[in-house]
Amino acid sequence: MQLFLSQLMNGLGNGVIYASLALAIVLIYRTTGLLNFAQGEMALFSTYVTWKLVDDSEMGLPVAAAIGISMVIAFVGGALIERVVIRPVERSSPLVIVIVTIGMFLAINSIAQAIFGTDTKQLPSVFSDAAWVVGGVRVTAQTVGLVGVLAAECLLLWLLLQKTRVGLGLRAVASNPDSSRLVGIGTGNMLMLGWAISAALGALAGAMIVPMTPGLSAGSMQAVLIYAFAAAALGGFDSPLGAVVGGIIVGVAQALAIQYVDPLNDIELVVPFALIGGVLLFRPTGLFGRRVVERV
Amino acid sequence: MTLLSVTALAGGYGPVKVLHGLDFEVAHGEIVVILGANGAGKTTTLRALSGMIPSDGEIVFDGEDVTGRKPQVLARRGVAHVPQGRGTIDELTVEENLRVGAWTRRDSDVAADVDRWFEVFPHLADRRTQQAGSMSGGEQQMLAIARGLMSRPRLLLLDEPSLGLAPIITQELFAQLGDLNRELDTAMLIVEQNAGLALRLASRGYVLETGRIVAQGAATELEGNEDVRRAYLGL
Repeated sequence: MQLFLSQLMNGLGNGVIYASLALAIVLIYRTTGLLNFAQGEMALFSTYVTWKLVDDSEMGLPVAAAIGISMVIAFVGGALIERVVIRPVERSSPLVIVIVTIGMFLAINSIAQAIFGTDTKQLPSVFSDAAWVVGGVRVTAQTVGLVGVLAAECLLLWLLLQKTRVGLGLRAVASNPDSSRLVGIGTGNMLMLGWAISAALGALAGAMIVPMTPGLSAGSMQAVLIYAFAAAALGGFDSPLGAVVGGIIVGVAQALAIQYVDPLNDIELVVPFALIGGVLLFRPTGLFGRRVVERV
Repeated sequence: MTLLSVTALAGGYGPVKVLHGLDFEVAHGEIVVILGANGAGKTTTLRALSGMIPSDGEIVFDGEDVTGRKPQVLARRGVAHVPQGRGTIDELTVEENLRVGAWTRRDSDVAADVDRWFEVFPHLADRRTQQAGSMSGGEQQMLAIARGLMSRPRLLLLDEPSLGLAPIITQELFAQLGDLNRELDTAMLIVEQNAGLALRLASRGYVLETGRIVAQGAATELEGNEDVRRAYLGL
């Protein structure tokens, strides 16, 4: 039982990480209707920036400050990517846009290696390495901190989308771009803002993920991106709440698979694909996704 | 006093030209109707006016040349376009649709205006927090029009407001439009298949055929003209 609970905690820790990247994917999907396959690599690049800010002998910033700055840089970078790369193909077929984001995936990955080198970097965690034993289960400050960060992120996103004028505009453009233009919303600016926020969330996710891995390298985000996509598919690509729940389910399922299906090596890699396949078969809109109902 | 003056308006979709030089105008506070068969270019005309498609010619609104300006700019100048069908923003609630209609306004009367349209359209008030996409066609049409009026436009462009509505609802809607026009002095340019009803509401009308204006005049005149009736209005 205690083993089970420990694995649950492990899964939760990983799950909130998948959730935070899934949230970035969902946000772009909600505002632009696009799946951004470069989301993980954008986060990778931002994380390299965070690492540089911390590691550089002249700057040597505290981790939290570095994360803040790299989120601002990512915000601007995300806006630029929307304007320069995505906007010219905005009205093309979805396939073209998917190819463009896959191209960005490769390009950003290579650029990151060219700038920051190919050796593995260590990024310290923003959380202390304290741990407590609660009812026989080890709870780390890392896990508690991650859950807290994710909760704060969700709350802020919800407030932004539901309670502000800009949020109303973002949701309007996502739902009906033509009518949004007709009421005077600058739809281009809203799409740019969607990408900017999403890139900043990716920067935050990256800085949370890397300290839990063996180190920051060019491949750091690739497995995570797959888990995040599984989380978003499970929760429903248009539902921020779904991204969070989906992320936690994926994380826990992965931890339990490692523990209990031990003889099969790398069984955890099957988990996201099994989930994606299952969701597509039985509930294509995901757990929380909205089925598009149209009156005719 | 002329509010909207259009000269040699041409436009279409890519290489396909739909409009071949239209001249028409709308006075302050006037209701004008554009009639014509399917494919005559009525919807295209409204889309060109609100900047949804590129156009040639000259569009002067309230003394300012607005030819080729973006929809956002026209919305800010006081043009509200209620597109054909599906003009509501489905994933927003009814109330949010009204609030987003006031996007261009910075004054503090928005909430009061929301209440006002809920009074005019009590059906909508009952569904305040419901998603717009889940309402019936008639309710969505009312919502789309109320949303257009939330910007306090000087010119309301209405594309087939009666489309998909039961006759009794259509009559109610047109009565409301007449009241709104008298009360707010909002000019309206209405594209409509229901020629009889539209001509009774409007003061003047234009008849469109394959992108050209083939008849125009006072509403009563058009309604009484046998040739126009037979050829274009199906009366």
